[in-house]
Amino acid sequence: MADFVSDTDTLIRYREDEPVDHAAVTVDSFLDQSNASAVRVEPGDDARELIPHLERLALVEVNFPAFGDGRGYSSARLLREAGYEGELRAVGDVLVDQVAYMRRCGFDAFEPDTALNQDDLETALSRRPEVYQPAADSRTPIWAKRHA
Amino acid sequence: MRILTGNDLKTGAVTWWTGSDWSLHVEDAVDVTGSEDEIARREESARRVNAPYAIDATMDEGSPRPSHIKDRVRAIGPTVRPDLTLKPADPDIGNWVI
Amino acid sequence: MYKYDSYDQQMVDARVEEFRDQARRRLEGKLTEDQFKPLRLMNGLYLQLHAYMLRVAIPYGTLDSRQMHALADIADKYDRGYGHFTTRQNIQYNWIKLEDAADILADLAKVEMHAIQTSGNCIRNISSDHFAGAAADEVVDPRPYAELLRQWSSFHPEFSYLPRKFKIAVIASDTDRAAMRLHDIGIQIVERDGELGAAFYVGGGMGRTPMIAPCINPFVPLDQLVTYAEACLRVYNRHGRRDNKYKARIKILVHEMGAEEYTRQVEAEFAHLLEQGVEPPFAELERIRTYFEDPLFEADLPDDIDRSDPDFALWVDRNTVAHKADGYVSAVISLKPVGGIPGDATAEQMHLMADLARDYSFDELRVMHTQNIVLPHVRKADLHALWSALDDAGLGSPNLDTVEDIIACPGLDYCSLANARSIPVAQQISERFAANGKTEALGQLKLKISGCINACGHHHAGHIGILGVDKKGVENYQLLLGGSEAEDVSLAKITGPGFDEAGIVDAVETAADVYLRERQDGERFLDTYRRIGMTPFKEALYG
Repeated sequence: MADFVSDTDTLIRYREDEPVDHAAVTVDSFLDQSNASAVRVEPGDDARELIPHLERLALVEVNFPAFGDGRGYSSARLLREAGYEGELRAVGDVLVDQVAYMRRCGFDAFEPDTALNQDDLETALSRRPEVYQPAADSRTPIWAKRHA
Repeated sequence: MRILTGNDLKTGAVTWWTGSDWSLHVEDAVDVTGSEDEIARREESARRVNAPYAIDATMDEGSPRPSHIKDRVRAIGPTVRPDLTLKPADPDIGNWVI
Repeated sequence: MYKYDSYDQQMVDARVEEFRDQARRRLEGKLTEDQFKPLRLMNGLYLQLHAYMLRVAIPYGTLDSRQMHALADIADKYDRGYGHFTTRQNIQYNWIKLEDAADILADLAKVEMHAIQTSGNCIRNISSDHFAGAAADEVVDPRPYAELLRQWSSFHPEFSYLPRKFKIAVIASDTDRAAMRLHDIGIQIVERDGELGAAFYVGGGMGRTPMIAPCINPFVPLDQLVTYAEACLRVYNRHGRRDNKYKARIKILVHEMGAEEYTRQVEAEFAHLLEQGVEPPFAELERIRTYFEDPLFEADLPDDIDRSDPDFALWVDRNTVAHKADGYVSAVISLKPVGGIPGDATAEQMHLMADLARDYSFDELRVMHTQNIVLPHVRKADLHALWSALDDAGLGSPNLDTVEDIIACPGLDYCSLANARSIPVAQQISERFAANGKTEALGQLKLKISGCINACGHHHAGHIGILGVDKKGVENYQLLLGGSEAEDVSLAKITGPGFDEAGIVDAVETAADVYLRERQDGERFLDTYRRIGMTPFKEALYG
């Protein structure tokens, strides 16, 4: 079984609770054992396999080995749609220009390989005052405001 | 011979490595055989060029002529708009490209 | 046509500032080219052979005179006085500076335009029927649905890093003028028992592996349109191949998985998403529809046209199309002068077309995927004045859908992906047929040229297609026959060994001559090819 040791230097969280203090395990390992509360989802994993076990999960890391592989965005949104409320952390090749979309897909923590510039991050997150679609965040889509 | 080309980061213009700087004119290109990777890395990280790469060329009447047609089109401009090429007054430039 | 409200305007304004900031970080070295590339591409900025190239979105090919004037101004101010209209109803500028790009986007935003998602592995500009709202044969104007999807797909948080680019077309008639089934998703708005719905065709495309999209759902209710599209995209985003960029388009997924299994997964995802509230209320579609109501067509207009000028009469016969309102036609402005560059227009020509749209077509223009411009609603009584103005500006070529009306990608003259030049071949073919006088006899003959296998010039869909390849550093051209992008969609087949530049022009004429010899009453080139097959053409070409 693989362990993923966290280097928390780059960790950014948008949550109030304490971070999980043990390493995430692979999806296969998680499904095989009952005591882990942190799991790492790789791009090829089916995040839906976690849905029966959401109540014992406190941390889901979604790995982005390369920033251009967008499967993790769907994994995140699927988990939020299924009611997962624990920490959803994007790890790996996570770039500042992607964080706003990731937040919309339900990520509330980021642990990029390369630390994000704080000013650039705040600019990116405040860039778009409105959104066209509902997603996994609480933002109201433009069409709902038009027909409020 | 090997010559080094890329684009200017700000303007996108096609440029050629002259040994000390970047020129718009392929005639100024110099042989970089053996040192192309090092120059490309250094110049790109200094943002004096964007997306540099080395190509094969031959000397033709005293000037480098890229071996592949794509780089000859890059060196001069679109063959269908001679007025927009670097040599709008040269009636034979099409033959150099093709 | 659609007008931005303050929300839409905020979205494009925010995008301008976002890109300004991204370009600044690139110029300051905070972003590497590898990191910047996907960001600039999602704003339509490529690095091409000679400079940066900017592709501006023209949603479903519709624009007004103010917007066309703005496109002309950009050509003058930031480029070299011209632009290139593309096979996806957009416009490209070839000589853009990175340091100007944000200013150009700001100028576009002032006229409700943008370059959002005109490249990159995301949902691209939505294309549509260039006669939408004017065609006599449509069940409804397809553009409101395209606009609904434009908004849904803009800055979509889940679908901005897809396996590959994603193109959607929306039509609403049985006649397909948008190559609908050669898109990643083709949507046809259809009527069934008095109700409108959307037929979804998924997994078509051209490129390296051309495929005709199968229908995966013949009738999606219109109040579930966005949800169904979301389901199609989610299955693709999760399961589309990412190991090989040449196998990453949705057509490969649908082909490898099988249309039945893909459909099953989409339907399961659709059932799930119906519970997620992603569909805008029907009132939003109604709101958008109000922008596409018919202009105030005049009643009791004269239907007759003075045909005493033969040049004018020829143009009317070739370049005007029946309109749903009596006394009107849709008029096609050819961007294919003999020997010219297909799809290019100068700033002066763009200004003129804008003025003519204002004077004669209720202020509307359309870009065709065949790289021409349409004035959709012209009174027959105004046609002579319109034609005279066009002809004076070199825009009066009477050659719609003829062998001179060639689609050609920019090819090796401009494009960094190309293997061979497309434009010179198009120029020589149009000159050849204009000189030998066969254009009229050949009738409808759709000729499409791509300078590489990516097929931006739609060569797979040409009655005659030409594909430029690199043969040991020399340009070489393959000839294809029998394709169609229309409702009788088919993929063209290669005739045999390729030709050099002069040889391909001769080969096209040889193929045309076989048709002239073999055709039966009323047959188009394509019909004759389908009846007699490849053999007679091969014999004539290769003896």
